[in-house]
Amino acid sequence: MRLSETQRLLVGKAQPLGDFARLLKQLRVDGPLLSALLLLCGAGLFVLYSAVGESSRMLLSQVIRLGVAFAAMFLLAQMPIDFLRRWTPWAYIGGIVLLVLVLVTGDVGGGAQRWLDVGIRFQPSEIMKLAVPMMCAWYLHDRPIPPRFSALGLLAIIIAAPTVLIASQPDLGTALLTAAAGIIVVILAGLSIKLILSLAALSVPGAVVLWTYFMQDYQKQRVLTLLNPDSDPLGAGYNIIQSKIAIGSGGLFGKGWTNGSQSQLEFLPERNTDFIFAVLSEEFGLLGVLVLLSIYIFIVGRGLYIAVNAHNTFNRLLAGSISLTFFVYVFVNTAMVTGLVPVVGIPLPLVSFGGTSMVTLMAGFGILMSIHSNRKLLPR
Amino acid sequence: MALLQSIRDHHFERRIFVGRIILSTVVAALLLGTVVSRLVQLQVVNYEQYSEKAQGNRIRTQPVSPIRGLVLDRNGKVLAENLPAYQLELIPEQVDDIGDTLKRLAELGLIESDDIEELIAQSRQTQRFRPVTLNPRLDDEEISRFAVQRARFPGVDFKPRLVRHYPDGESIAHAVGYVGRLTVEDLQRVDASRYAGTTQAGQTGLEASYESRLHGDAGFRHIVTNARGRQITTGSSGVIDALPEDQLPHPGDNLLLTLDLELQLLATDLMQDRRGAIVAIDPANGDILALVSAPTFDPNMFAVGMSRAQYASVSEDPDRPLFNRAVRGIYPPGSTIKPMLALAALETGATNLTRKTMCRGFFSLPNSTHRYRDWKPEGHGEIDIHEAVSQSCDVYFYEISNEIGIDRMHDYLVQFGLGYQTGVDIGGERSGLVPSTSWKRQAFKSRDDKRWYDGETVIASIGQGYMNATPLQLAAATSAVATRGIRFRPRLVRGWRDPLTGDVTELEPAQLPTVDIKNDFYWDDVIASMNSVMQHHRGTAFAVGRDAPYRMAGKSGTAQVFSVAQDEEYNEEEIEERLRDHALFISFAPLENPRIAVAVIIENGSSGSTVAAPVARAMMDHYLGYKNAAQ
Repeated sequence: MRLSETQRLLVGKAQPLGDFARLLKQLRVDGPLLSALLLLCGAGLFVLYSAVGESSRMLLSQVIRLGVAFAAMFLLAQMPIDFLRRWTPWAYIGGIVLLVLVLVTGDVGGGAQRWLDVGIRFQPSEIMKLAVPMMCAWYLHDRPIPPRFSALGLLAIIIAAPTVLIASQPDLGTALLTAAAGIIVVILAGLSIKLILSLAALSVPGAVVLWTYFMQDYQKQRVLTLLNPDSDPLGAGYNIIQSKIAIGSGGLFGKGWTNGSQSQLEFLPERNTDFIFAVLSEEFGLLGVLVLLSIYIFIVGRGLYIAVNAHNTFNRLLAGSISLTFFVYVFVNTAMVTGLVPVVGIPLPLVSFGGTSMVTLMAGFGILMSIHSNRKLLPR
Repeated sequence: MALLQSIRDHHFERRIFVGRIILSTVVAALLLGTVVSRLVQLQVVNYEQYSEKAQGNRIRTQPVSPIRGLVLDRNGKVLAENLPAYQLELIPEQVDDIGDTLKRLAELGLIESDDIEELIAQSRQTQRFRPVTLNPRLDDEEISRFAVQRARFPGVDFKPRLVRHYPDGESIAHAVGYVGRLTVEDLQRVDASRYAGTTQAGQTGLEASYESRLHGDAGFRHIVTNARGRQITTGSSGVIDALPEDQLPHPGDNLLLTLDLELQLLATDLMQDRRGAIVAIDPANGDILALVSAPTFDPNMFAVGMSRAQYASVSEDPDRPLFNRAVRGIYPPGSTIKPMLALAALETGATNLTRKTMCRGFFSLPNSTHRYRDWKPEGHGEIDIHEAVSQSCDVYFYEISNEIGIDRMHDYLVQFGLGYQTGVDIGGERSGLVPSTSWKRQAFKSRDDKRWYDGETVIASIGQGYMNATPLQLAAATSAVATRGIRFRPRLVRGWRDPLTGDVTELEPAQLPTVDIKNDFYWDDVIASMNSVMQHHRGTAFAVGRDAPYRMAGKSGTAQVFSVAQDEEYNEEEIEERLRDHALFISFAPLENPRIAVAVIIENGSSGSTVAAPVARAMMDHYLGYKNAAQ
């Protein structure tokens, strides 16, 4: 159908959008997901600007990091998902080798051996955040679902090996998230509920083992502090106490942008990284927090939608794991900042200052988009 | 079949997967619900509580120190005030190289190079945004020198502050005292909330004894600080605005003294280049008109703060300028106690007004060859008690000494206030000593030492031996003679004024037990003999009192610094100046209605009647409004 110039003008408002949607499709980018991510990052920069004391230099460096992260997303979105699946074992094995290398030769940063210097410094543990769920999904791809009991053994090894390596750097936060990404794949694959519940029951002695053999003193302190922050108000409990004061004093509507006294006067520690959620809560109140959480919910929901519509096991499991792991990030960070779980050093995704994990996250969303494009390109 | 199986599996697997996604969503919703309900709990339910805590974090109450009360003399002249002074400060975080900056400041002469190391240490100790005082007081010339160079010293600046200032510091140093840096011990003594923000406290004199009245009460103001305690003055309105109301400090009371600044200045002048003390008292009420200890020092150095070298120069001076001789110096009273002993002797019947003694220049106890010498080697000849006082005959008192007895001597001298603290309103007072048999029993260990010897009574009768007294005690005792036994506790403060309301609180003079001399004739005679000391041609100080336009009473004293061995020639020139006798003089005037009693002690002054007496005369002339002929 050909439209006259007038008609084109009348419906023309939608026309450029239509062109844009077509462009996105050609770029293998998911419009709703991209919009939500951009919205989230925009809101994040807004909060961050206040949290870094209105320093445009720091804001710029965050913008640059976001640029790199979005580039990674676009890059992975272009890769056919079957290509990624075929290379998964190699990525996983490569990641394991790098983790071993880090333990042997890695640079020490912040009291832990996390960094590897190969021209650019990076943390191999970040690779594993994607490689572990990919490997689990790869392993289950050709096998019947739900997985047989015999398959669980190897899955346990796939998950446990990198987790132990990362935990011994030590980086408990990343280790737990990596393990969670793998476990989510197994759960989504239909691991029997009974088994999940009995494993959950086993987690009690597991926690004891973790406490006794793996946790550093500072990590134990964090757990103890959570249970009773007032026991040490100037030491380990300080972060939690100040964070709760910041959030609580924000009230329903907040104190206003750059008006949060807890954040601006530096009472709130780590206010531009792990505790940025408290800055948001103080300055924008409960309403602002709910708006941000809605964006997160939309992103997770869109991810799950892509997972449900994926056309094979690998894609499904991987998309589900990426989305739900993202939710775990959000939950752990907000629960930690509000004093519900111990301080484990997990940033608020795509809002906190700092870049390493941001690139991994956006790469994950790139994979999600690739999965989504793949569905559309192939007939059912 | 295989294909069918795979298709069936495909749908089955997808169903399982969707089921699991739904399950995950439910779990996620529960977890998210936990977080949201926690947020509601923090931000809605407990909002008030956390809001208050955030305010408490943000707002610090900063103490505002009160303005210290003034000290005014009896005529309202200012003795201690508060003046703005400029101090040089350095803010460590604004200075790149503190060592270099200090070195260049030292080159400009704005700080002392000896202090550099300590200043560097100080700047490391405090929080980096808190200023470190480099030089507590810049004079005008230093301010202008720094102002020109200011651009070369980022992070260094001068700041005004109120500093205690004593306009006639050297003259009133020992009476008013001085303020100094508030010490840890001070803080334990005082109410900390009143002293929040105070950096100085009275250390000696009235500044110390009236500290709580002079200090006032601290107020407070509210400021916004960050987590490290730095005051924040710029920023978003929500961060720096909406502060609770401040409270103004209540200034300290102005002290109204009994001192007469003019007399005080004169006394300081008279003691120039001398060591000793002058205390002048109004006998009618115990008001101290002048209290001077020489040499003196500049109390402003303590108020402003001084370098180690400056402090060493006053604290290590062999003449001990910081030592308050007026209330802490104890001297053998010498012959100045003779009028009081004469009263005791008459009252106890140890002698009478007509008894005469032959003075040959020495005295020996019965069955002893030891000669107690008179100051006049050839003797005074035949002499009665009136002449014994006016000519200061030692032999007369030697003779009656054992008739009075040391314990009765003690009982009467103590009634004049000797041997005990006078209770004056500044601290550090010494009690002096009037010996007695019971005192000696307690003071010594060995049995021989505990015994009281008659010879000791003999020398006690001319104010030597164990006996000693402070200049303040002598002035107070002289006042008691002038009033015929009516005594008042000597005082420097007669009241105070609240600077806000103007209300004046007057202190009543504190009367002390009257000296128990029942016969008025005895007073008449002893006072008359003291008048003769100065205004009878045979009196020891006739040269000083002869031309006075008013009648006065006095008594000289010469206190031995060391004892001269038997029969040894007393050769003044050979004795080093420091070993010369102390010169003492007590006096009061006018005779009929005494308004001023003066005690003068000039260390190593040799002769009370020729060295100390003119000083006392000048004091009385001035106070009574006569021009002093000697000046």
